[in-house]
Parts: sequence; C-alpha cells; structure tokens
Amino acid sequence: MLTMMNYFPDEVLEHVFDFVTSHRDRNAVSLVCKLWYNVERFRRQQVFIGNCYAISPERLIARFPGVKALTLKGKPHFADFNLVPHDWGGYVQPWIEALARSRIGLEELRLKRMVVSDESLDVLSRSFTNFKSLVLVSCEGFTTDGLAAIAANCRFLRELDLQENEIEEKKNHWLCCFPDSCTSLVSLNFACLKEINLAALERLVARNPNLKGLKLNRAVPLEALQRILMRAPQLVDLGTGSFVLDRDPDDFETYRKLRATILKCRSIRNLSGFLEAAPRCLPAIYPICLNLSYAAGINGSELIKLIRLCGKLQRLWILDCIGDEGLEVVASTCKDLQELRVFPCHPVGAGHAAVTETGLVAISSGCPKLNSLLYYCQQMTNAALIAVAKNCPNFIRFTLCLDPINPDPVTMQPLDEGFGAIVRSSKRLQRLSLSGLFTERVFLYIGMYAEQLEMLSIAFAGESDKGMLYVLNGCKKLRKLEIRDSSFGDMALLRDVGKYETMRSLWMSSCDVTLGGCKTVAKKMPRLNVEIINENDRMKFAHEDNQKVEKMYLYRTLVGPREDAPEFVWTLEKLLFTPGGLLEDQ
Amino acid sequence: MSVPLEHDYIGLSSEAVPSMEGSERSSSGGLNLNLKATELRLGLPGSESPGRDNGVGVLKSLLVVSGAKRGFSDAIDGGSGKWVFSGNGGSEAELGKGGNLFSPRSVNGGGKGGGCECNNQNTGLGSPVLKDGVVPPPSPKPLQEKKPQLSAPAAKAQVVGWPPIRSFRKNSMATHSPKNDDDAEGKSGSGCLYVKVSMDGAPYLRKVDLKTYGSYMELSSALEKMFSCFTIGQCSSHGVPSRDGLNESRLMDLLSGSEYVLTYEDKDGDWMLVGDVPWEMFTESCKRLRIMKSSEAIGLAPRAMEKCKNRN
Repeated sequence: MLTMMNYFPDEVLEHVFDFVTSHRDRNAVSLVCKLWYNVERFRRQQVFIGNCYAISPERLIARFPGVKALTLKGKPHFADFNLVPHDWGGYVQPWIEALARSRIGLEELRLKRMVVSDESLDVLSRSFTNFKSLVLVSCEGFTTDGLAAIAANCRFLRELDLQENEIEEKKNHWLCCFPDSCTSLVSLNFACLKEINLAALERLVARNPNLKGLKLNRAVPLEALQRILMRAPQLVDLGTGSFVLDRDPDDFETYRKLRATILKCRSIRNLSGFLEAAPRCLPAIYPICLNLSYAAGINGSELIKLIRLCGKLQRLWILDCIGDEGLEVVASTCKDLQELRVFPCHPVGAGHAAVTETGLVAISSGCPKLNSLLYYCQQMTNAALIAVAKNCPNFIRFTLCLDPINPDPVTMQPLDEGFGAIVRSSKRLQRLSLSGLFTERVFLYIGMYAEQLEMLSIAFAGESDKGMLYVLNGCKKLRKLEIRDSSFGDMALLRDVGKYETMRSLWMSSCDVTLGGCKTVAKKMPRLNVEIINENDRMKFAHEDNQKVEKMYLYRTLVGPREDAPEFVWTLEKLLFTPGGLLEDQ
Repeated sequence: MSVPLEHDYIGLSSEAVPSMEGSERSSSGGLNLNLKATELRLGLPGSESPGRDNGVGVLKSLLVVSGAKRGFSDAIDGGSGKWVFSGNGGSEAELGKGGNLFSPRSVNGGGKGGGCECNNQNTGLGSPVLKDGVVPPPSPKPLQEKKPQLSAPAAKAQVVGWPPIRSFRKNSMATHSPKNDDDAEGKSGSGCLYVKVSMDGAPYLRKVDLKTYGSYMELSSALEKMFSCFTIGQCSSHGVPSRDGLNESRLMDLLSGSEYVLTYEDKDGDWMLVGDVPWEMFTESCKRLRIMKSSEAIGLAPRAMEKCKNRN
C-alpha cells in the first residue's frame, strides 16, 4: 500500500494530509519517508513548539514556509509558582522579528509563559496583514501601549485573548485604538486588566456583531454589563466584571433591566468572572444556568443555589469555600461534569479546611464522567482515593494539592495505595501531580500502570532514587517531569540519560543532584541544554562537583545553548567547552 | 455521609490489604509482562539486582531532612504566597492522633530511616519479587515510628511556591470579598414556613404556610381563594410548573389576565417576581409575599406586562 502511495501525485497526498490535523499526527506523517516529509511540510499551517528554546525561528521558517498559526511556550511550568527567577528568559522578540523578516503569512499567535515587549507587539501588528488571533497566557513584559498597537494595526483582528498576564497599564485608552472599521471581533478577553474605557468598550461591542466571547474586567460595573448585553445577546462566552449594585433605589431598576436583558441572551454557555458579586444580584443569571456548560468565579452560598440550576455543567471552577456540602450539591446536580477545579480560598494559613476527601468522593460518585481534576485540600485518605479511582476511570488530568508530607490522617499510611489506584484505573491518564506523603511505592505503581502519562509533578518526595528510576523507566510517553524538594540525586539522574532526549524537559529543584552529575549529563548528551540556576547561592557556590545544585532545568534542543541566558543561569555545555572552566564565559 | 465509604474500603481489619493488591494477586499472569517491562536492572543486563541497600536509605532519609530545610531557607528570603508547612507540627491534633508521626526520636547510624522500614518489609521492591509477579502488602506498621524527624523551625515554616497556585490567581483571590463566605447559611429546618401575604389595597394581611404547598400552582390557587374578594385573576390551567421554573410561560401563567403580580421579598431584602426559581429554592428564600399592582411592577417583568395588556 505504501509503495502504491508513492506513485500518487503530490496533490493527492496533500489532499489526504489536509485531513490530518493534530500536530502529533502530522509529525508522524512527516517521519514516514522523505517524500511525505516534503509534501507535508509545505502544507502545514499550525505549528506547536512546546519549548521555544528547542528550535530556532529560522529553522521553523525554513521547514514550514506555510505556517499560519504558531503556538510557543517559554518558561518551565514551575515558573507559575515563583520557582523560576524573573528574568530567566522566554523572549518572543527574536521569533517575531524572524517571522516578520520572512514572507510568512502569520495569522495566529499563541504564547504561554513568555516575555513579550511592546516592541514585539508593535512589530507583530505591522508585519502580518492577515493577522487574526493573539492569545497570551501567563505572559509579561508589555503594557497597554502594545495592546494599542494590536488594536490599531490589525485590521482583521478576530481574537484578542489575555489570560492571566501581568500587564502594565498606562493612561492610554487602548480600546479606543480599534478603528471604526473594526467589525470582525469574535472574542475579546481583558479580564486581567484593572482598568478599561467603558465608553470605548460599549461602542466596540456595538459595532462587532459577530462577538461570541467577551470577558470583562473588574472595572465594568453591572449597569455597563447590562448595556453591553443588550448589544450582544448572541454571546456564547461571558465573563462578567464586577457584579454588584449599590444599595440605591435606582439600582433596583438596573437589576430588573439586567434580568430582562439576560433573558434574551439564550446562547450563553460559558460563564465566568464575578470578580465581586453581590448575592442578591445573582438571581439575574439564573435563566442562563440551565444551559451553562462552564462556570467559574461565583462564590459563597449563592453559588449553591446557582449550581442547583446548572444541570448541564461540564466544567466548573470554584473556590473551596463551597465546602463538602456544596460539592455534594454539585455531585447531585451536574451529572455531565467533566472538569472540576477547586481552588483554595485562603491559600496562606492552614486550619481552614473547607473541603476534604469527603467532597471529592461525593463528586466522584455523582459525576462519573469526570476526567480532569484540580483539587486543593489539606488531607486525603487512601480510602477516598481508591473510591474516586473506582468511580471515575476516565481521568486524563489528576492534580491533587495536599499539604506536603501529610499522610492519610486515618491510617497514618502514606498515600501510595490511593495514587496507585488512580493510575491503575485511569488508563488514559496524561497528567498527574503528587502531593502529601508517599514512598517509592507510588512511583513503582506509576511506572507500572501510567502508560499514557506525559507530565508528572512531584513535590516533597523522600526516599531513594529508585522512585525516579521507576518513573523514567516505566513511563514511555513521559514528556515533562518536574520535581521539587525531593531526595533524588545523581544516581537517578544519570541512570538513563538517553531518556531525556525523548522528553521535552526535566526540572529538579532543591533535590540532591550535584554539579558533577549535571556536568556528566551535559557531556554525554550534546543535544540537551543543561541549565543550572543559582540565583541565591551565586556567591557561595563552590563550583565543586559534589556541590548540590539549587535548580536544574534540562531540555532537548536542536540549536545548542541559548544566547540570552542571564548571568545566574549557566548552561553546562557551554561551560564545558570553555578553556578556563566555570568562572569564565557564563 | 462519607464515613460508611471509608469503612467499606478500609475493610474488616485496620491493616487490610487494599483492593488493588488483592486484584493483582488474582491476575498475576498478565501482570508478568508489565512487571518485566518495568523491571529495573540496577546492574549489568542479566545480573541480579543487589538487595536493598539500607545504608543508602538512611542517607536518603537524612537528606530528606536537609532537603526540606533548604526549602525553608529559600522561603525566608521572600517571595509571595507562602504555604504553611503544617506537617511540621503545626497541626497539633494530627500529632496527637498519630502518636508520633514526627517523633523526636532521631535517626541514628544503626537505625533505619523513614523509608527503610517500609522497604525492609517490602522486599518486593527489589527484583526477586517482581519476577514472581506479586507485589507484597505494604508495611502494616504505621509509618510514624520510622519517619525521621523533620527539623523544622519551631514556628510554622513557609515554603516558596506552595501551594502551587499561580500568583495571578492568588492576587485575584486576595481581593475577593470575604463577606461572601460569611453568608448566613440559612437553612430552613423548621417544619412550617409561615409568611405574611399582603395585597395592595387590601385592608388586612394574611399568613400562609409555604410548606403546605408543593408548587407555584397550589400557592397561587390558595392565594386566589384567600383574596378572592379582591380581583386577582386566574392562573392558566395549562403548564404545570416544571422543576426549572425559569421559562417565561410560567410567568405568564401567574400573571395572565391580572392587574396584579405576585412578588416576594427574599432573604436579602430584594423584591423578586414569583416564579423564576424552582419551588424549593423559593420556599427557602421567601420571607414575605406581596400581591403588587401591575402598574407598580413595571420593569420587574416587562414582557409579562405587555402580554397582560394585550390580553386585556
């Protein structure tokens, strides 16, 4: 069959490949033979680069001249939790410059954990005439001036989605920079900003009839929301701003108007925001609860009333103030629930145990379709995890955040059996975070059963290196492994260095790996960048091989050590090639 | 409610082998392949792996201590969003209950560190048992006696980057108003729910027990009877109120042909139109009822009023 296909004209192959959309499948297609590689690469439109330092923009452009949509990720995941120093890297500027110089017709750019500058946004906005979609997740380094450039220059902009970025807000009104001719917006999310120009926003919404997604920020009061919804009853995704009314008699009128307006918004399926919400205003949204499939942000006792109405909910993000009782309401109402995230209301300060294992078990027994879980609580029992594993065999993501080194409080046992039950029953598990107290045993189970595991996060693991070895040896599909505050050392690190080229990256911080161990990896594997981050101990770092490294981040790459590493990041390969040793040429 | 669950799974004895172990024993045939695939070869291929090295275990346990300590010293330096490391004696109740999870007994040279005892019991973690395809039960002894002391500062220590929440989310939750959490969790536990019913223009009020009705239909017929001397109009006979109670036809039913609308005051002091929410929710939040003149209720349900006018 394969030889027959070689005689097809390229156009036929192209047509067939157009049906292959997932980037992994396309990668596989390109590996079949040189012919397929060449046919495929000219037709590829969407490229996903999970680590911006694994490849260079020039090579991207050379291989995929037809790329229209690019996803780039920068900093390691633990940067979200302040474990990566601020100026570690992840700059998008070289990418945008290179793409701008080429004849790439970029239309969509999605960046995660990258450093974006106003200049980058300006160049981006001017260089690609058909640019349509910009999604920035957990990025930083830019101001509203950059947003103004995007607004002003991207004539066909459809999507501007700012999720959880750190944006410096200037006194400009960047929304006003959208020209009157901009009528193509489909999705706008500025929830992470603090201010907004209301008048410009209302005008913008009024002239963009295709707007389906709108996520407002805290500066949009209820009255404005009502006027906006009047203009945009076709919305599917709504993120409210501040959902409060002052106790003024006129505002009851606003509330009535809001209710009436909401009754007209029959398409809303995803609801979020409620950055402040007065309980008495919430009944206004009851009408949309029936069809709601995603809800985030509403808190307190009102949430439970709302939840009772949301029979079709599929994704729910809430704070743990809902309590176990609230979770039981969720379990009895939301039978189609697939994703649940329960965040802690009070991150700092133990003793406020709002949800426990009871709530989780209730959810699992009421919502068997659950496949993605993020759950913060302070204690968990093996029995509960075993029950959850039995009730919900479909987990793709299971992230449990417990107090470190806390055992099962009932039996005082480590949580090995509980987590083991999860990996054993959820055969499609791709992402797992371990917490609490566990021993090597849990890694044995993970290595044995978690065949589809791609990402594993480990914190506060004691015991010997065998744990890490079980994982590296057993999880054939592992792509990202991140470990903090655990006692894994050189023995585990060096056992199978070839494994790291099959993975995207390995992060180890506050572990027992030494400088010598890291140097060995770097020497044996030239296609890995082994970075040592020594921000705090720079002065004290003895540069001796048996010194423990504070943070190590290694990743596969085709382009060697990066040129933009700050002085506290040492890429070991580079150092090894320097005559003079460590202290020179950092 | 979950306690029965825990009993079921913990089983008859406190040291029962968890379900996973049992099922593994029964299906050891297919398991051999898996285990082979993950069998660690700590020596040259084909050689037996050495037995458990207890010394290494002790060393590693000590290193756990130092590793954790390093985490604390990092934390002192600053950074936002610290987590209280309650495992270090912050939670006295746990310590008391567990006996000596973090007992002051220190790890001496000859003793076994935390992981070791477990490991000794579970020789299965070495290759010989893996070959047999049977994973032995975990150590029946509580781990607490064997765990090395975590030498934490006396006060609760805080760890950088724990709990793992994005700073962005932490900041937005910090400004989250705590008053929502302190909402009165008004549960109506009483057996009857008398609320006052007033009607505009009527000289006196009535009281009804909401618990005696099961639906809006019943309530409205009862009110109709009560206030029949004053024109209240009739409820439409079609359309039994459904559980969701949120479609407009229900509102129509209550209001059709009437120059009055039925409203209620809820726990928050707001005047709401009767009929929006499911019946149970209504009874929980209703404090009083008011039969309002429709002219006063303009804005409360504009479309409803239009239809009423059309009908009249």
